[in-house]
Amino acid sequence: MLSFEQAPPISASFRFLLTAPWFGVAAGLLFAWSGPAALTSRWTPSALALTHLLTTGFMLQAMCGALLQFMPVATGTSIWSPLLLASLIHPVLLVGATTLAFSLGTALPGLLTASELLLGAGLGAFCATSAIGLFRTPATGVSLLALRTAVAGLAVTTVLGLLLAHAISGHPIMAVPALTDLHAAWGLGGWAFMLLAGVSFTVVPMFQMTPRYPPWVPRLLPIALGVSLGAAALAAIEWQQTWPWILAISLAVLCAIAFALITLQLQHRRRRVRTDATFSLFRGAMITLVAAGVCWFAPLFSPDVASASWLSPCIGILCLVGVFVSAINGMLYKIVPFVCWLKLSLPSYSSIAPPSIKMFIPERAMIGQARLHFLATALLLACLVFPPLAPPAGIVFAISCAWLGTNLLGACRVYVNFKDRNRADAGDRGS
Amino acid sequence: MGEIASAMAGHHAQCDDLFAAALIQASQGSWDNAASEFKHFHHEMEVHMGDEEAVLFPAFESTTGMQAGPTTVMRLEHDRMRTLLTQIELALTARDAERLDGYMSTLLILMRQHNLKEENVLYAMLDAALHDHAGELIAQLGLGRK
Repeated sequence: MLSFEQAPPISASFRFLLTAPWFGVAAGLLFAWSGPAALTSRWTPSALALTHLLTTGFMLQAMCGALLQFMPVATGTSIWSPLLLASLIHPVLLVGATTLAFSLGTALPGLLTASELLLGAGLGAFCATSAIGLFRTPATGVSLLALRTAVAGLAVTTVLGLLLAHAISGHPIMAVPALTDLHAAWGLGGWAFMLLAGVSFTVVPMFQMTPRYPPWVPRLLPIALGVSLGAAALAAIEWQQTWPWILAISLAVLCAIAFALITLQLQHRRRRVRTDATFSLFRGAMITLVAAGVCWFAPLFSPDVASASWLSPCIGILCLVGVFVSAINGMLYKIVPFVCWLKLSLPSYSSIAPPSIKMFIPERAMIGQARLHFLATALLLACLVFPPLAPPAGIVFAISCAWLGTNLLGACRVYVNFKDRNRADAGDRGS
Repeated sequence: MGEIASAMAGHHAQCDDLFAAALIQASQGSWDNAASEFKHFHHEMEVHMGDEEAVLFPAFESTTGMQAGPTTVMRLEHDRMRTLLTQIELALTARDAERLDGYMSTLLILMRQHNLKEENVLYAMLDAALHDHAGELIAQLGLGRK
């Protein structure tokens, strides 16, 4: 049944959104402490811990919260009992992600099993309840197919992650490197990129006053990505990562590059002259996505690059920090103030009109933090050439994420203050 | 797309263009032009919301019996938009660029997400429930009339 009520209770999504930046802080501090060792190989404990602090920590928290908020708008339906679900899932994912990063960083097998159970249960519940809402809605909309694909991608990523945890514990069903690459491909492509694209189809025109995406993009992109990742899975199982794997992943990368170029072109044609933090961060994310794609294809043109030790960490930094942290950062600066405003504008909350969304987070603070984030991204990349930069790069990234976190908390403080002031005024009028 | 969806979604696009025109003038500091463009936009918004509240929503509610359904939510959002339209007018009169940008940014998101819900869900429901009378209802709408 269609459920057209207001957005979910503010605390349902906000507990996820406000938690996300602090995983980024943890990742930055870990990187600063690990130093250049984290860059020598993606298999080092610190590299694995860092990757999962960003993916299962920062990105997963933000994306779950955003999906809870976005579904009523995009599909006319919301997740079943969002407040109860959030109350159950949020702590499970929080502890699960923390435990996972710690276990990968310290190689303690008991912790890996615990994180496996927590993340399996939490993500299983989230995928199931999201899927019910997304697959049963009769609504149409440009984002619907992409969101369905993304939730399916999250389910596959979760299963692959559980299989990987079993493999690391000594029960492999296939070679660990192949399984790891498959898990990463589905996680970054099938879940994270698909969700980013799906949400973008709606919010890029909405937030940035661009033209709408060409109709074929939201129709074809999920299908092309699903086919390429399915082929990659088959290749990984049957051919153990030879040319069919490379071909399949290359198709997925081409999809991502195409999406980024189309988005950049739409941004160029936007009808709004002012450039705000969200626009800058999103544009940065798209440029970085193209750069990551170029890095993927670079080995085709240069054998030296193919064997370079910096290539894999470079793609990792570009994707995780340059693309996903940037895009999420930008979206949070629109979602959090708008949801605060939306709740305060309910007649039951306030007889006084709330301030505009610009009053929740000072523009100077958002722009300053965005610039610091770009500096952090540049420093992290520079570490690949000059490894002693790792500690300051990690610190700058941690400060950038902490600034994001405090900016978002500041918005909540404005919300609470306005609510309290209005309640006091209502009390005075009644007495 | 049904007749009602086509007519109303088309008017959404016209309103989007008028809003963009007002925003561009405001961002360039052309206050008189911004006020003129905004007046046109405000008029069309009132026509659109009035048509929904006076014609389409009552017809839907009486046909389906859904008195406390999606149309209630849409009316509530119309009220929020009317408040913002007033705030924008005041900011234009005061030539307060900061306040104007804030309220227009707020209206942009509220309006766009409201329109999405209508285009993705509600208008299809209206077309399904009212398809026998779509032509008559559309004739009663004030869309595009000055």
